[in-house]
Amino acid sequence: MNERSLTLLKEGDAATVLALHGGCGFQRRLHAVGIREGKTLRMVARHPFSGPLVVEVDGRQITLGRGMAQRIAVAQEQ
Amino acid sequence: MKTVVLIGDPNVGKSVLFSRLTGVDVIASNYPGTTVDYSKGRITQRGETLEIVDAPGTYSLEPTNNAEQVAVSLLDKADVIVNVVDSTSLERCLLLTVELLERRKPMVIALNMWDEAQHLGISIDVRQLEALLQVPVVSTVAITGEGVKELVQRLEEARIPDRQSRGGEDQTWAEVGHIVRKVQTVAHRHHTFRDRLVDATVKPGTGILAALVILSALFWLVRLVGEGLIRYGVKPVFDLYRVPITALSGWLGAGFLHDVLVGKLIDGKVDYVQSMGILTTGLFVPFGMVLPYIIAFYLALALLEDSGYLPRLATVTDNVFHRLGMHGHGIIPVLLGLGCNVPGVLSARTLETRKQRFIAATLVSVTVPCMAQSAMIFGVLGHYGMRYIFMVFGTLAAVFVLLGLLLNRTTAGECPEIFLDIPPYRTPSPLAIAKKTWMRVRWFVAEAVPFLFLGVVAVNVLNVLGVIDHLARLMSPFMMGWFGLPGEAVPALLAGFLRKDLAVGMLVPLALTAAQLTIAVTVLALYFPCVATFAVLLKELGAKDMLKAATVMILTALVVGGTLHLVLLR
Repeated sequence: MNERSLTLLKEGDAATVLALHGGCGFQRRLHAVGIREGKTLRMVARHPFSGPLVVEVDGRQITLGRGMAQRIAVAQEQ
Repeated sequence: MKTVVLIGDPNVGKSVLFSRLTGVDVIASNYPGTTVDYSKGRITQRGETLEIVDAPGTYSLEPTNNAEQVAVSLLDKADVIVNVVDSTSLERCLLLTVELLERRKPMVIALNMWDEAQHLGISIDVRQLEALLQVPVVSTVAITGEGVKELVQRLEEARIPDRQSRGGEDQTWAEVGHIVRKVQTVAHRHHTFRDRLVDATVKPGTGILAALVILSALFWLVRLVGEGLIRYGVKPVFDLYRVPITALSGWLGAGFLHDVLVGKLIDGKVDYVQSMGILTTGLFVPFGMVLPYIIAFYLALALLEDSGYLPRLATVTDNVFHRLGMHGHGIIPVLLGLGCNVPGVLSARTLETRKQRFIAATLVSVTVPCMAQSAMIFGVLGHYGMRYIFMVFGTLAAVFVLLGLLLNRTTAGECPEIFLDIPPYRTPSPLAIAKKTWMRVRWFVAEAVPFLFLGVVAVNVLNVLGVIDHLARLMSPFMMGWFGLPGEAVPALLAGFLRKDLAVGMLVPLALTAAQLTIAVTVLALYFPCVATFAVLLKELGAKDMLKAATVMILTALVVGGTLHLVLLR
């Protein structure tokens, strides 16, 4: 399993969260919407010009900026 | 009296539950961050009066914005907590639940949206959950009222669970994971065609297309409903009203009372827009010209809010808004502001930093015309052709973007990225839509009409005292030189501080050319907010930032008005 940033996933790809690289507040915000280690994320949409990403976790969609997504490490499912 | 606070994640249905419990109407929608302040109501349960408080949603007890701050501070006043949980996302809601349990206050849990969870194939063992958490758990469907009675009955069973503090967040998650595994089973479901259609509205290409289609359809709906209400509802009534008002005019004879009640006669007849009497213009502007569009706009807004589309719109517009110093959620203050700037400015609370809130509140109050004003602009400029209306709104939109770019560069502070929870699409309930529209229309009538009367009286009194003539003469060189407008437009600008719709109406008797009228209504939209918006800006931004915002407004009005003058009249 190769660790990579969430921002590198293509639309439709799924991956497992390995780590959230960031401070306490950052981790908390992501945890609160269900993004945490071990969860499976699916990339729903990638907006161009460094726009936001939309990911699905537990059947719910979350919009988040690239900066945050950059710090989410995932392992892509084969 | 005991205080019961409803607390839970954003968009789990606290406000709907609150309305169900107390009968107090509050605005509820299908997007996170609808409630930015608290509301109170009372119920009586077995002879005891309880105060119920509806709090804004929060994901955790460590707030990330002002609305969440309100929720967390309400907790201290609570004697009993009702933790409202979204049954369709039990796991993430339980994080807050565990945090709340550690506060050691008597608590009851409402597992709301129970019907939706069942639809999605999620089943939760309520008894087991109750045993694990050691507090009463009631499944509810706030929209239909299912389970609400049981929730009220079980409020007295609210208790502090016997538990040790778990300490770190890892432990909390371990506990949440343990609970979820024990009580919840989820039937597997495949990605359907409907899911793919739903996804299309957040994707870049199809999402922008969908946004254009949806927003145009809503604009069309507003016009259709607004014009329909005028043609078939309001106009016939005011045509009939002409008989008694003409009789009153003859009976009163000339004099101050006639001027205040009926106003000036234009060509020997009452003119609803120009006469400026309380019983003529004072009634016609709010009810004859503005109200139909207010109803139409709020109907369209309610559809937009309750469908769950707004967070998706915020996602596809994030790219633009981020460059203006906000993020996609900034679309919400703009949309609400198109109805009335007051809720527009208030909704800026859901933005995280002071910089974002300042930019959002300033842009809304400077460049977003409220529906009352827009209706009047349509009313007075409409017969000169759509070209001029387009010019006014095009200018305002351009100023929105340019000013946003500028404020983003010059305002100190951070602008964090978008971070938004997208709710599922839901079919809006006709009853809920009707109720919400009615609430907002009622609010408009209660807030707007008194100010309009006040405005009409003030204009008449100042007129009799000769203040208006004096001001007009005094300001004439500046107005003519800078804006290309006659000095007589000054009273309209002053009246705009009370009500902008009235102010637009006051431009009609000045016999302006279409180009002058375009400049005048644009300047009127930009130069200063009405007194209600002014008050809420002061409250939300504080005196210092309010002053900054006011300076921005006046400068913008001068620059834009002067530019339009050069473009249109030279």
